[in-house]
Amino acid sequence: MSALLPAAGEFEWSFHGPKLVEALGETLYMVSATLLIGGLLGLVLGVALYTTRRGGLLANRGVFGVLNLLVNIFRPIPFLILLMIIAPVTVAMIGTRLGSTAMIVPLSFAATFGVSRIVEQNLVAIDPGVIEAARATGATRWRIVTTLLVPEALGPLILGYTFVFVAIVDMSALAGTLDGGGLGAFALDYGYKRWNFAVVWITVIVIIGLVQLAQTLGNRASRRVLRR
Amino acid sequence: MAPIIEFRDVTKVFPGPQGEIRAVDGVSLAVEKGEIFGVIGYSGAGKSTLVRLINGLERVTSGQLLVDGDDVAALSERQLEVKRRDIGMIFQQFNLFSSRTVAGNVAFPLKVAGWPKADRDRRIAELLDFVGLLDRAHSYPDQLSGGQKQRVGIARALAAQPKILLADESTSALDPQTTQDVLRLLKKVNDELGVTIVVITHELEVVRSIADRVAVLEGGRVAEQGSVFDIFTNPRADVTQRFVSTVVHDRPRGAVLDRLQRTHRGRIVTATVTDGARLGATLASAGELGVTFEIVYGGIGTLQDQSFGSLTLALDGAEADVDALVGRLRAITPIEEAR
Repeated sequence: MSALLPAAGEFEWSFHGPKLVEALGETLYMVSATLLIGGLLGLVLGVALYTTRRGGLLANRGVFGVLNLLVNIFRPIPFLILLMIIAPVTVAMIGTRLGSTAMIVPLSFAATFGVSRIVEQNLVAIDPGVIEAARATGATRWRIVTTLLVPEALGPLILGYTFVFVAIVDMSALAGTLDGGGLGAFALDYGYKRWNFAVVWITVIVIIGLVQLAQTLGNRASRRVLRR
Repeated sequence: MAPIIEFRDVTKVFPGPQGEIRAVDGVSLAVEKGEIFGVIGYSGAGKSTLVRLINGLERVTSGQLLVDGDDVAALSERQLEVKRRDIGMIFQQFNLFSSRTVAGNVAFPLKVAGWPKADRDRRIAELLDFVGLLDRAHSYPDQLSGGQKQRVGIARALAAQPKILLADESTSALDPQTTQDVLRLLKKVNDELGVTIVVITHELEVVRSIADRVAVLEGGRVAEQGSVFDIFTNPRADVTQRFVSTVVHDRPRGAVLDRLQRTHRGRIVTATVTDGARLGATLASAGELGVTFEIVYGGIGTLQDQSFGSLTLALDGAEADVDALVGRLRAITPIEEAR
């Protein structure tokens, strides 16, 4: 081990510290924007998948087929490749493909498809009897979709979104290496490229802390929702 | 007065892997306004499908189904949504909204029906008081017992003041004591609010407790229908006889009958009792015929305020005299001879 981790380099607080804080800020910016945009679009897409599937409230073979195919096409593409494919779209939308803001485009794109499957899975777990009871009151399908589905699956959905948060942190680090900034870029530029493993490890610890914090908050929130 | 629900040769067909399944097959029956109508059958008899045709959760394949003046078979989904506000429904597994409080569950149909907030709140309090759960308004369903959940289910179903209540195996997940409580509540709904109730069940005891009339369903068809009293006292279809024998244990059979025959002299006959006074008067004449009788088995209860049960008698005397007494008994009630 010691041969792999040469004592080359040190984490100098005066030099690396402010850069680390800045990188953390960029990561949080990318991740939260992605969680918001991708999370919302993924929710809509997931609800659409769930309601249009066979036996669903708005069962529609054609629509479900197209959406399902779309998700199946984009979801398996490795993020690094997706980032390149999307680049022209990013430039068209943001004006550049560099920097944290530009990275939000491919990140949100990838998150949308990932989130959609998680939302779909959690909605499928809702007891069909509950939906039937709502229909029996004369509720329109639109009302059921907009006011009942998400609250009924909220506990598992929170855990699903926590999982997505961690996945986005992972993707954002990769994005960082392609001029996106953030903790990934920091670890790469100041750590790995200069063979300064102190910097790499400090970055790792910060990321672990971030993920732990998110998971703890997610667990707590879902428990609170489920306990009622 | 026209029936509030009328099935006219209604059929429901589901596509299945091995061809189509006729879940409801040419059913004709009528539910009168203000009554409690039971539909009984074993699982797979089509009862759950039958009840879902009434509020259009399942669509009729062929036939007419008149519900309070409309043929629901002919309504669009949008028209059905409006129609369903007049038809409450409760379920075996309660199907409460776990994300909403008790009050929130009851509020749902009121919001659907467009009630203003103040009216909703008043109605919710009124309903929770009616079902005895006013103090649990802010509880979540997971914090309630099965019986309480069904009470919430009933309050939710009645919220928008429906004319009809559909109860799909509403007590099958409850213990006997809670079942009785819920049945009493349904009876109260019928008596005090005048709501017509269709009760779907596989338990004859439920029908016996609260229904006025009953249809026995088998293989998607109506095997028999009539007043609960007639069905109990004179079950004609095989399936009905099987149901009745599960709750009526007042006739000696098998080993019990063998023992009665060994330990008593004379003929063993079982008389159906629907009119206790006439039976008593006839038996009083046994003495003048020189026949002694002993009551050896039986039980009598009431059903829809009428006596109902049977008595098994050991009749001892000269053969001709016993024949004469049996003849008099036969004149007033069905007699079953043990041979």
